Amino acid sequence: MTGKRRKGGVLSDLMIPLIAIGILILFNLIRDPGFFSISLSTNNSGNAVLTGNLISIIDSASELAIIAMGMTLVTAATGGQDISVGAVGAITGSVFVQVLKGSGDITAGTVVLGFLACCLVTVLFTSFNGVLVAFFRIQPMIATLILFSCGRSIAYWITGSATPQLESPIIKAMGMTIPGIPVPTPIFMVILVGLLLLLFFKTSNIRLYTESVGINQGASRLNGINPTLIKLLSFIVLGVCVAVAGVISTCRLGQVSHKTLLIDIEMDAILAVAIGGNSLGGGRFRLSGSILGAYIIQMLTTTLYAMSVAPANVKAYKAIVIILIVVAGSPVIKTALSSFWHRLKNNRAGAVSREVN
Amino acid sequence: MKRREPFTDSQLLMSIAIGIFVVMYGAAMIFMGGGFLKFQQFFDLLNDNAALIIVSCALSIVMIGGGINISVGGVIGLTVMSCALYLNGTGIESAFGSTAMALLLSLGIGLAFGVGQGFLISYLDIQPFIVTLAGMFLSRGLTTMLSINPVKVTHAAFLDVAKTKLQIPFLGYTAQNGNLIPAKLETGAIIALCVVILSALMLKYTRLGRHTYALGGNQQSSLMLGINVRRTRFLTYVISGLLSGLAGFAFLMHKPAGNSSVAARMEMDAIAASIIGGTLLTGGVGNVIGTFFGALILATIQKIIGLSPLNESWWQEMASGAMLALFILLQSVVLSNRGKKAENAGKMKLKKE
Repeated sequence: MTGKRRKGGVLSDLMIPLIAIGILILFNLIRDPGFFSISLSTNNSGNAVLTGNLISIIDSASELAIIAMGMTLVTAATGGQDISVGAVGAITGSVFVQVLKGSGDITAGTVVLGFLACCLVTVLFTSFNGVLVAFFRIQPMIATLILFSCGRSIAYWITGSATPQLESPIIKAMGMTIPGIPVPTPIFMVILVGLLLLLFFKTSNIRLYTESVGINQGASRLNGINPTLIKLLSFIVLGVCVAVAGVISTCRLGQVSHKTLLIDIEMDAILAVAIGGNSLGGGRFRLSGSILGAYIIQMLTTTLYAMSVAPANVKAYKAIVIILIVVAGSPVIKTALSSFWHRLKNNRAGAVSREVN
Repeated sequence: MKRREPFTDSQLLMSIAIGIFVVMYGAAMIFMGGGFLKFQQFFDLLNDNAALIIVSCALSIVMIGGGINISVGGVIGLTVMSCALYLNGTGIESAFGSTAMALLLSLGIGLAFGVGQGFLISYLDIQPFIVTLAGMFLSRGLTTMLSINPVKVTHAAFLDVAKTKLQIPFLGYTAQNGNLIPAKLETGAIIALCVVILSALMLKYTRLGRHTYALGGNQQSSLMLGINVRRTRFLTYVISGLLSGLAGFAFLMHKPAGNSSVAARMEMDAIAASIIGGTLLTGGVGNVIGTFFGALILATIQKIIGLSPLNESWWQEMASGAMLALFILLQSVVLSNRGKKAENAGKMKLKKE
């Protein structure tokens, strides 16, 4: 089964997300031909930056894309999802602000220090989830429900106030654009995280191990893979992803609001994983699918905003499009379509052979 | 086998939940005294959490069938908002007519969501988490589309009905001036108790209920035994949709006002209540009576923290998170002690059908 599907290659795996993104692009082009135009303009601090809907879609989907990558790995290894990423991201933001405030003035050194502290704390929190899932064999959704319900309170407890602010050119450079480079920085972060994960998969057997643990845990244990370790590792990778996303989001906003930082991102990230064609039951995965899924979700949101849908109502339209995408990708529809396609092909082949005779 | 283990997993987990509730309530009586010594306090738990109890039952049924439904909070919000708008705009003056119409509207909305989601999940084989997530987005979006501002019910006759309470004199207490104040039970709480009893009976004694357990236990085997797997799964989602509509009605009776954040995150509370009560997310194990006590435990935690000096919302969240962690760990330990064999079989089944 697996080998057969691998032969189909990237294109057949990513068909649904690619079609979805194609339809979205087409729809926008018909609706407003200027939707994707990109222009060079000067922002408030006097730097030349690229602006346009396309840039803003890719830019604002950064946090989602990064978290979706980690979520894909957790989904593949455990067959469940981490619903606490938003809350843990809020904790990351709080730690980042606390470290920067505690170290006095904000320099490159303290930012790096803050980032490392964030990584450490976030990985600790996701490892808590990981230990519950891997050692205590608790369903991931249940295990992460704990931090989901109390993570934002922990974030508040760390900062001790409602919305601490961060003001510094370095923070602005990390969250928006570096002076002299017209492309928003978060886009580079996505590329960096993506490349690191790619390197990680290419230089190790982790990808194979993760997929086999996801497909059959007992069989992989008998083959000498330690499922507990692999599951824990997937949560640690997710932790690093959440730390990066949390820091980006904090820098972008210049403040930490424990109630709204990365709010509801867990749902969008799971959605991105599913839209990208990955099974939520674990096993084989494609990071590129999840990244595409993240951009589809953001493009959808931006399109709806451009159509002047009220922000509060966006959810309803989003739900309808999501249902359409998952229905198109559902196994029943897929087999029906492929059998229809085969019949069509056979008919034509039969007709051709009859003509030859 | 039976003789050696008189308790099934789900009964054991349920009795743990009941035990913890009794211990917790007893501790509250001893250390906090005051309100907890009155019977009304217990009734208030039911009155304030009627909607939570009903949706927890809905979630337990779906979870026993091996699925998940996270749209219940959104459906409650949509139901309350539509009923509030309907009641304010309706021409029906009579108490019975308006209440009946509100009830019908609630059930209709719940049924529509249940049928739609059930169809997508069971007949098109789409992952339940994603379908019900879309259902949650849809219902929340529709709620804000109906009205972004809070809507208070102004229908006089309906408000009278909503205020009506069942009075039970012999459970009441004597006030300082010597008057007997009877214990009061609201309509929503009565609905919730009925739902708990009916769904427990349904799960235990009807064909649908037993098929649900079989389906959640092992889909492949149930298929081979001739159970109509698709229809059973479809019906669990229809029931959960209907119950969430009913929960919306109970919410409306308790607090007659619509708001875009009504029942926010209630789906997670309901999942937590089901788990505390001994329902496993993997399916096949669970008990609605346990779920009822799970919901009561959550409610009691909130009440205790609300009455204690630490009544800030972040304290409340942290305490309930810690309690949840404790329960989940306890369950895991209890289950793994009860023979790794059964657990391994469960995991193999989980491993992907």
